[in-house]
Amino acid sequence: MTNPVNDTAIDRQSPRQNQRLRLRRFLSSNGTQLGIIGVFVALWAVFILLAPRTFLSPQIYRAFMSTVPFFGIIALPLTMAIIAGEMDLSFPAIMAIGMVAFAYTFQFTGSVPLAFVASLATGSAVGLINGIIVVGIGIPSLVATIGTQFFWRGAVLVLLGGKGTSLIVARESFLYNVLVGKMFGYIPMQFLWMLLATLISWIILNRTRLGAHIYLIGDNAQSAELMGVNTKRTRLAVFVLVGVASAFAGVLASLTVSFFWPSLGAGYLLQTLASVFLGGTSVFGGVGTILGTFLGSYIIGAIEAAIVAIGLTGFWTKLIYGLIIILSVSMHAVLRRRMG
Amino acid sequence: MENNYRLEIKNISKTFGEVQSLRNVSFQLGQNEVVGLLGDNGAGKSTLIKIITGYHQPDEGEIYFNGQKVEKLSVPKARQLGVETVYQERALAELQALWRNIFLGRELQNRFGLLDVKRMKEETHNLMVKSMGFTSTAVDPDSKIGTFSGGEKQGVAIVRALYFDAEIIILDEPTMGLSLQETRKLINFVKSIKQAGKAAIFIDHNIFHVYSVADRVVVLDRGRVAGEFRTSDITLNDLMDKMYKIAETGHFD
Ligand SMILES: Nc1ncnc2c1ncn2[C@@H]1O[C@H](COP(=O)(O)OP(=O)(O)OP(=O)(O)O)[C@@H](O)[C@H]1O
Ligand SMILES: [Mg+2]
Repeated sequence: MTNPVNDTAIDRQSPRQNQRLRLRRFLSSNGTQLGIIGVFVALWAVFILLAPRTFLSPQIYRAFMSTVPFFGIIALPLTMAIIAGEMDLSFPAIMAIGMVAFAYTFQFTGSVPLAFVASLATGSAVGLINGIIVVGIGIPSLVATIGTQFFWRGAVLVLLGGKGTSLIVARESFLYNVLVGKMFGYIPMQFLWMLLATLISWIILNRTRLGAHIYLIGDNAQSAELMGVNTKRTRLAVFVLVGVASAFAGVLASLTVSFFWPSLGAGYLLQTLASVFLGGTSVFGGVGTILGTFLGSYIIGAIEAAIVAIGLTGFWTKLIYGLIIILSVSMHAVLRRRMG
Repeated sequence: MENNYRLEIKNISKTFGEVQSLRNVSFQLGQNEVVGLLGDNGAGKSTLIKIITGYHQPDEGEIYFNGQKVEKLSVPKARQLGVETVYQERALAELQALWRNIFLGRELQNRFGLLDVKRMKEETHNLMVKSMGFTSTAVDPDSKIGTFSGGEKQGVAIVRALYFDAEIIILDEPTMGLSLQETRKLINFVKSIKQAGKAAIFIDHNIFHVYSVADRVVVLDRGRVAGEFRTSDITLNDLMDKMYKIAETGHFD
């Protein structure tokens, strides 16, 4: 990949220096992404060595394809929220409240597409409410979304009386196959949705003004405002994106098991956050990539499988995810101090 | 003549909590005029220009561009009206690449409404070579601003204001952090604004700089206009004497 912009500056150097300069530039602008790719490959090798029977069988990869999207699809817009300097801890409850809308609409209309639209609309609305509390009223997003997390989880329990709903009937809909079926009878559709979500997220973050403003606001909100960026609208938008993605992930997760549990999502809080931070997004804002989060979520998915395959109990997963969050967040703090 | 100002503000007041930063300030900028704003720290210079750039909304008062009253001025609106600004605080995003800073708030889009990243990088490169005079080959449009020196950062803020064909260029302490050489380049640049038929507002604590480029100086003191002089009517020494008097007594004589 040659960059015409850099070339003129480079041409004046000897070819040797030239190459080194190019390499240095490439490393400095893609360092974090290369780092996460390195971690990805290294961990993979370790897993294969430690648990060859698990990690050399194709089944495990099919399992990853279908289960990682349940949190990966949320981790992508959450990456944007965190780059913008915000936080959203309410997404597990949004997964569930979106499914309440799904279940009710399905019950009354018998239509899966309508139920699907209702859940996405509910997710966006709840995301918008988060945004209004944070941007309009001015509550720090960490606190605001802890509050809304409890509120919406409570609403789910009240509305459903704490009981789950079977979604077996929904299997007859064509949308069921589109959302969670198998392509060519083999590749889980969840994985294709994850790829699509990654592509859309990448375009939003890297090729739209919204994305440019997300980086700028997280870096220096006052500079952004002085230069005319509509910071309020941008921050509202990231909460809506997290909301709609959470509802979507909730539908995928529930349809996959053909059952909606009122506790849906509670198990994904840690994985989602760990994916984002492991992927190189800075908790201080202004820094992060979609590719990093994509790889991060697959590493997180593999870690759970690895822990089980190695013969440790599931209790270890929480410990390790927690450690990953602490380590990756700290790494950024150290890097930032060295830079500034 | 009266209505032919490029910019006119009338009876502007602005209060931040307990602090009244501006009281009843009126100010005009001719079609082809460079006005210097002088005043002590905290006099209200930056507040005044942030009202003109649409960042602050005044509590009271009116703003006219080319004789047209403008309601609810915002930063994008002011930029549309041709106001470009080098802010005292530079308004840069240090963790972001140079090209993102140059096009901050004004990202170029292609016909599909997507960012034209390639063109923004190319334009940034051209600007660096032509205007910023960056010599270091290690600096490129993808470099993070945070690694630049203070003067280089200031250079970015200045060049950014020049890129977008401005009608009114506002410079709030632009020489801050610049070398002697760079400062001279900047002063020449302000003179070239005049030659190009545009207008500028120039704030600097160095009275020599202000005197050498301004057609007129307006002196602010504790949020009000203490006086104004045409530089052709007053010698540098007299202006300096008056500035000391204002600092001590709040009025000229
Ligand atoms: N956003 C703000 N909130 C509160 N007070 C402010 C704000 N901006 C300015 N002020 C106050 O308004 C007064 C004028 O400030 P301003 O920045 O306009 O001064 P200045 O003339 O630019 O000074 P300097 O030469 O130091 O830059 C000061 O007392 C300052 O503390
Ligand atoms: Mg100031």
